[in-house]
Amino acid sequence: MGTIYIDGKPYEADPQNNLLHVCLSLGFDLPYFCWHPALNSVGACRQCAIKQFKGEQDKKGKLVMACMTPASPDTRISLLDPDAVAFRAGIIEGMMLSHPHDCPVCDEGGECHLQDMTVMTGHDYRRAEFQKRTFRNQDLGPFLNHEMNRCIQCYRCVRFYRQYAGGKDLNAFSINNTVYFGRNEDGVLENEFAGNLVEVCPTGVFTDRTLKQHYTRKWDLRMAPSVCGHCGVGCNVTLGERYSLLRRVVNRFNSEVNGYFLCDRGRFAYEFVNSPNRIRTPQLDGEAISGEAAEWEFQNLTSSRDRLIGIGSPRASLEANFALRQLVGADRFFAGVESKEWTLITTMIDILKRGPARSPALNEIEHSDAVLILGEDVTNSAPRMALSLRQSVRQQPMEIAKKLQVPLWMDDAVREVVQDQRGPFFISAPFATRLDDIAAITYRAAPDDAARLGFAVAHEIDANAPPVPGLHEKMRAMARVIADALKKAKRPLVVSGPSCRSLAVVESAANVAKALCGFSQPAMLGLLTPECNSFGLALLGAHALDEAVALTGKDATVIVLENDLYRRLPLEKADALLGSAARVIVLEHLSNTTSARASLLLPAATIAESDGTLVSNEGRAQRYFSVFPHQAEVRESWRWLRKPQWSSLDDVLSDLAKEVPQLAAVVNAAPSSKFRVDGAKVPREPHRASGRTAMTANLTVVEPKPPVDPDSALSYTMEGAPLQPPGALQPFFWSPGWNSIQSVNKFQSEIGASLRTGDPGVRLIKPSGKGEYFTQIPSHFVRREREWLVIPIEHIFGTEELSQHAPAIATLAFKPYLALNASDAGSLGLANEGEELEIELGGAKHRLPAKILPDLPAGVAGIPNGLDFAFGEVFPTWRRIERVS
Amino acid sequence: MLSVIRTIWNVFLHSFRRRVTIQYPDEKPYLTPRTRGRIILSRDPDGGERCVACHLCSAVCPVDCIALQATEDENGRRYPEFFRINFSRCIFCGLCEDACPTYAIQLTPDFEMSEHNRQNLVYEKQDLLISGPGKYTGYNFWRVSGVQIEGKDKGEAENEAPPTDVYRLTP
Ligand code: SF4
Ligand code: SF4
Ligand code: SF4
Ligand code: SF4
Ligand code: FES
Repeated sequence: MGTIYIDGKPYEADPQNNLLHVCLSLGFDLPYFCWHPALNSVGACRQCAIKQFKGEQDKKGKLVMACMTPASPDTRISLLDPDAVAFRAGIIEGMMLSHPHDCPVCDEGGECHLQDMTVMTGHDYRRAEFQKRTFRNQDLGPFLNHEMNRCIQCYRCVRFYRQYAGGKDLNAFSINNTVYFGRNEDGVLENEFAGNLVEVCPTGVFTDRTLKQHYTRKWDLRMAPSVCGHCGVGCNVTLGERYSLLRRVVNRFNSEVNGYFLCDRGRFAYEFVNSPNRIRTPQLDGEAISGEAAEWEFQNLTSSRDRLIGIGSPRASLEANFALRQLVGADRFFAGVESKEWTLITTMIDILKRGPARSPALNEIEHSDAVLILGEDVTNSAPRMALSLRQSVRQQPMEIAKKLQVPLWMDDAVREVVQDQRGPFFISAPFATRLDDIAAITYRAAPDDAARLGFAVAHEIDANAPPVPGLHEKMRAMARVIADALKKAKRPLVVSGPSCRSLAVVESAANVAKALCGFSQPAMLGLLTPECNSFGLALLGAHALDEAVALTGKDATVIVLENDLYRRLPLEKADALLGSAARVIVLEHLSNTTSARASLLLPAATIAESDGTLVSNEGRAQRYFSVFPHQAEVRESWRWLRKPQWSSLDDVLSDLAKEVPQLAAVVNAAPSSKFRVDGAKVPREPHRASGRTAMTANLTVVEPKPPVDPDSALSYTMEGAPLQPPGALQPFFWSPGWNSIQSVNKFQSEIGASLRTGDPGVRLIKPSGKGEYFTQIPSHFVRREREWLVIPIEHIFGTEELSQHAPAIATLAFKPYLALNASDAGSLGLANEGEELEIELGGAKHRLPAKILPDLPAGVAGIPNGLDFAFGEVFPTWRRIERVS
Repeated sequence: MLSVIRTIWNVFLHSFRRRVTIQYPDEKPYLTPRTRGRIILSRDPDGGERCVACHLCSAVCPVDCIALQATEDENGRRYPEFFRINFSRCIFCGLCEDACPTYAIQLTPDFEMSEHNRQNLVYEKQDLLISGPGKYTGYNFWRVSGVQIEGKDKGEAENEAPPTDVYRLTP
C-alpha cells in the first residue's frame, strides 16, 4: 500500500492497481468505457482522462488515462481539473456525433452506461451538423438483438467474445470511422457465453432479444436475488418480473462464484416459468379443484402414514425435499434418481468429504495453473465453469509478464507477452470438447480408458497410488507428462463428473487429486453434478429410485416431488411404480408424463415464485428468493407438504438444521425473514417503479393491498430501506448516477472483490481426511463385433429439462442423432452423414440420422442426452447398430 | 361603525364592475391550449401512433397513475400494447407531457371529467388516442430516430448518411 493524492487529499492505494481501479474503488465517479473489471485496461476509449502532476510544485500537470496509469506511491492526480473535465466532455461529444436519437426505443435506455457517462460528463447538446453514420444490423439468433448504429467503438464486445470467451465468429470489420462489430454474415452467435454481451456492451448494440418480446425498463422490474437452477454450478442471478410475467435474467455478482458472467442457458432458460405448459390449478382425477380443496384432499390421502412413498428431486429445493422426507419418513424417501447416477453422486460427495482435496469455487478454478479434465465436456455439462477453466491457461504465462514487470491489468501488453503460450491443460474425454482449443493434450478414449489414464497419472505422481495393469507405453508417457505438469503447478486442479456415467472415471480423478495433495500443494478437485441440487439431496440422504419400485403396491400412495420419473426410469419400471400404487400425488411446475398419471396433481411454484436453498457442485448452499408472489392456487412445494407447525420458511429451515446436522449451516445461507435493514425490509422494486395506481386499475380502481412475504426479509414493493443489504439479499444493483449493471462497482469492497456486505452462500463440504486410494482399475476398453458402447453426449441446449420450455433455447436445442467415428460409419456402409441408422433404445427400435464425430473412439457411439425415448436407459450400454437399407 | 359603512359602499360600487363570474355550465370559459386538463395520446403527422412506449411518462408520474406495456409491430416500430391512465389519481401536473420525447402525451383544456363511478375514470388507450397531432404539429419521432421501421430504411432518417459499406477497406 502507498499513498496517492487525489485533488489534494491523501488516499491509501495498492500500487499493483491502476488509477481507474483505485478511483472507482474509493467511490469516485470517473467515466470509462473500454475498461471492464474482468477484461482490464487497453486505453482505447480515452474516456477516463485525469490530470497527473509530477509533484506538489507541478501546477500544470499532464492528461493521462487513469486506466493505463499505475497507482504508484505519491502519485498526484486531479479528477476535477478543468482540462480533464473538458477533455472527458469532448470525448463523449465525439462519441455521440453519430449516435442515433434512439433512447426512447432503445432497450438499453434506463440502464445504459453510455447514458450514465454522458450525464456524468455533462454533455447534453449535439452541436455537430454533419450527417450521422449508419450501419445495417445482423440477425444474430434468438438471444441477441443487434443495433449497430449505437456503437461507440469501445471494443469491449470482441475483447470479451474472442479473448475471454474463446469465440471466433464475432469480430471487428472495416476501418476508421466505420468499424463494424458483428459476424461475417447473419447467423446465430456460436459461443455459449454470447448472452453476456448484453451486459458487456456499454450501449444498446447488443440487447436481450427475449426481453424484447415483453419489454420492461429496469426501473419497472420487480427484482429478486436468485440462483440459476439449470445446472449444478449455482450461478447467482437477478430475476426481473412485471405483471406476473418473468421478464429476464441478469448476472448477480458473486466474487467467488460467477463473477460478472453467466452462460446462455442460465440467462435465457427463465422463460419456462411463463410457459403455457405450466400447471396452475390443482386437479383431482383430472378435475380442477380449488387450492383449499386440494390441501384437504392431500391431508386426507397422506394421513395413513405407513404406506407413503416419497420421491424427491435433485432439481427441487432442500426445503421441499426435506418436507417430503419428514412426511414419509427417511426410510421411504427416495432420491428420484436411478441407482447408477445416485451411486455416482453419493460417491462424489464422499470423495469430497473424506478426501484431502478441496472443491474449488469458480474463482479458484479461474486461478488454477494446471488442469486435468477427466471425462467431461464441461462447456455442455456445467457451462459457466468452462469459462473459468478457459482463463486458467493464462495463469502460468502471466508469470512471465510479472517477471518483466508488466502490470497484469495492462491487458494488451500482457497478451503481447503471453502470445500463444498456454499453461498446462489436459482433457481426456470420449469426443472433441469445446475447450480442446486451449488444451496441450487431448486424449480421446472410452470411459474405461479415460479412467485408466487418470489412474496412471495418479501413480506417476505418487508411487503409492495403485499402478495400472497392462499399461501401454504410450499412455504411460502421456501420464508422465501430465503428472509432471501437475506436480510443478502451484494450484493444480482436477475436474471430473458423472457425464460418462462411469464410477471409475470419478475415482481416478479422486486418486489424482489425492496423489497431488500428498505431494505438497493443496490440489483442488472439481466434481460436476448433473442438476442444481444433486448434492443437496445427497447430503439430505435418500435411497435410489429403483428401490421404490419394489415397495409400491395396491395400498401405497406415491408422492412425486418436481420430478418426471419417465426421464429417470425405463418405461416399464416407471409404469410399475406409478401404476401399481393406489394413489399418485404429483407436485410439479410443468405438465409431463408423470404429472399426467397423477390422481392428485398439485401445482408447484417455480424457482421464480418460491424461496429455497440449493447446494451447488462446489458444496455451496445458496438461497433463492421469489421475485413475485405465486398465483392463488399455486403453492411452494414445501407448503403443500408442510407440517402443521410450519408457518414460514424459517420454521422448515430450523427443523432441517436440527434433523440433519450436516446441513445445519444452510440456515446461514441468507438472513431469516425476521431480518431488517434499519428496521425495514429490503425492497424488491427500485424506488422509481411506476404504475402503482394504474397497473390493475382495469380490474378494479381500488388499489389492492401490497402482497406480503412471510418467508423472507424482502418486500414485494418499493417500500423498505434503500441501503445495501447483506449480499444474499441484494435484489438488484443500482446507485445514483449508475443505472446500468456497472453500478456493481459501488457495492464491492474493492473493484472485482467481494460485495461489501459479503458474498452469498455457505460452503457445506470440507475435506476432512486423507481418503483412500481407489483400487478398482478397469481393464482396457475392447470394442465388440457389430456392437457399440453407447454413451450420452451432453448439450448446453436440449439436455436440461426445464430450459427446453423456453422458446429461445428450444430453437437451438440439438437435433436427434447417432454419432459414430468415420471408420465405424464406413464399416456400416454409410456414405453420408444424415443417413439413417437403427438402434434399440428404451425397449423399441428407433431410427436416428447418423453424425460423424471423427474423434469418437472406434467401437463407441454417442447419442445426445435428452432424447425422450432414451430416458431410463442406463448408460453406457452395448447396442447393435444397423444401417437402414 | 365607519368601516361597516365603507364596506357597504364598496359592495355597492362592485355592482357596477365588469362581471368575472361565468354562468358555467351554460356558458364556457376560454381556456388556453396549455391548460392542464384531460390527457390525450396524439398521432404523428402521418397518422401513426406517436407513443413509442418508452415508459418515461409513467416513470415521472408522481402518483404512478400511468401504466403501459411496450410491444413492436413486425417491422420494428414500437408502440404501447395497452396504455392506461387512472384519472381518479391523476393530479394534472403535466410532468408526463414534459417527459415525453415524442409529443405523444398531451394535456388538453378539457376538465369536465366528473363521474359517479370512480371506475369510469380509468381510461384505456382507445379512450386516450385522438386522430391528430394535438398541440404539436409536424414532429415525427421516427423520422429522427435511427431505428429502421416500415417505410424508413437505415440511412433514411433526418440527417443520416447512407449505411456504411462494411467491406470497404480504403480510408
Ligand atoms: S445506447 Fe444508450 S444512449 Fe444510445 S440510444 Fe440506447 S439508451 Fe440511448
Ligand atoms: S458493440 Fe458495444 S461493446 Fe462492441 S464496440 Fe460497440 S459499443 Fe463497444
Ligand atoms: S453455468 Fe449453470 S448455473 Fe451458471 S448460468 Fe449456466 S446453467 Fe446457470
Ligand atoms: S413518454 Fe410519451 S412516448 Fe413515452 S410512453 Fe409516455 S406517451 Fe409514450
Ligand atoms: S477506460 Fe480508460 S481509456 Fe477507456
